[in-house]
Amino acid sequence: MTAFSPRDWSAHPPLVHPDYGSTVLRGPGQPPVKVPATASERTGPVFGGASIGSLDADLTRNGRVNGEPLGERIIVCGRVSDEAGRPVAGALVELWQCNAAGRYIHRTDQHDAPLDPNFFGAGRCVTDGEGRYRFLTIRPGAYPWGNHHNAWRPAHIHFSLFGASIVSRLVTQMYFPGDPLLPLDPIFNGVPEGARDRLVARFDLDVTEPGFALGYVFDIVLRGPAQTPME
Amino acid sequence: MPRQTPSQTVGPFFAYGLTPGQYGYGHADVAGPVLRDGTTPGEAIRIEGCIYDGAGKTVPDAVVEIWQADGQGRYASQAAAAGANTAFTGFGRCGTGTLPGDMFVFETVKPGAPGDGQAPHATLVLFMRGLLTHLFTRIYFSDDAALHTTDPVLAAVPDARRHTLVAQRRDTPQGPVYRFDIHMQGERETVFLDI
Repeated sequence: MTAFSPRDWSAHPPLVHPDYGSTVLRGPGQPPVKVPATASERTGPVFGGASIGSLDADLTRNGRVNGEPLGERIIVCGRVSDEAGRPVAGALVELWQCNAAGRYIHRTDQHDAPLDPNFFGAGRCVTDGEGRYRFLTIRPGAYPWGNHHNAWRPAHIHFSLFGASIVSRLVTQMYFPGDPLLPLDPIFNGVPEGARDRLVARFDLDVTEPGFALGYVFDIVLRGPAQTPME
Repeated sequence: MPRQTPSQTVGPFFAYGLTPGQYGYGHADVAGPVLRDGTTPGEAIRIEGCIYDGAGKTVPDAVVEIWQADGQGRYASQAAAAGANTAFTGFGRCGTGTLPGDMFVFETVKPGAPGDGQAPHATLVLFMRGLLTHLFTRIYFSDDAALHTTDPVLAAVPDARRHTLVAQRRDTPQGPVYRFDIHMQGERETVFLDI
């Protein structure tokens, strides 16, 4: 059976990153133990189109109560592939974000910014045969957090992905190009320097729809079957 | 060649995105804490536990996922060598923010041995605020102790730490319950796996 490519620790943040204070008591003290791959690592959950509702990829509509959500409409799309460039078709992509004012609908978000009655802020879709996904949403705002004095999170969208096996699992955040908060953010900067730009979407005029919404492209690369069969 | 997209923390505000049904946000979950129905092959069990941080406090904003075979050792994925059982998704997800004591709970079936000489187990994926990269571990079951001595994954784990991967069974009027607490740091730190 084919093994999966290992987790690339040069791409991922460390488990304890003291600039992000919460990692100090939550990151494990010992490194993960390398173990052999088995059938349990070569398999993973499968989500069909039945998991997806008709408005799930349109965050400008899936939370409407009595009007349109406020803020700047944007298109966020991209391609999910493995490290060999092969598309990951049928991948479940889940996404969640705050609203244009920087407020999450989550009940424990205490930030003093308004909720938008017409914006829920979460969606999902399944990639097509070429690994492509596409969401319509509202550009999220920046918001303060308690990590250090005058700490602000850069605008970001949370992504969750399933790939070819459970080891392909990924939760990440997409950022926007040119955000002045990026060099100051300990979560973004927890990523090794050479890999950070992979989390910054690019503006794309071809994706942009005239008179309607700016387009951003965020391509995602997951662990997939290793190119050289093992065993 | 494309390189892996880096991981980032799930943050504190994932509930309406990943577990909206469990947390009462009025949107459907793609997966929740209940994996079985009346037709799923295998012994009906509950797996429950808490996550403890380095100060011994329970973590109320984690999300736990499990991936497991059915009672006959078959994974839903077509890639499974033992034959697929696609009626059982084998996948569950539970946030620690809705139950007393910050617990996670899965209502599932006890997985069968999935081949490769392995003892029955479930793969667990852990996300939380304060964790920039998710962690993997495995849940084994205390009544399979004889099979643990030959399991290839447990064999790679230092002897003194193997017990952190074994859920303890207790039989209750509602059926068997396996307790699997996760300790992020300290003497009882759970073994996490580089898979």
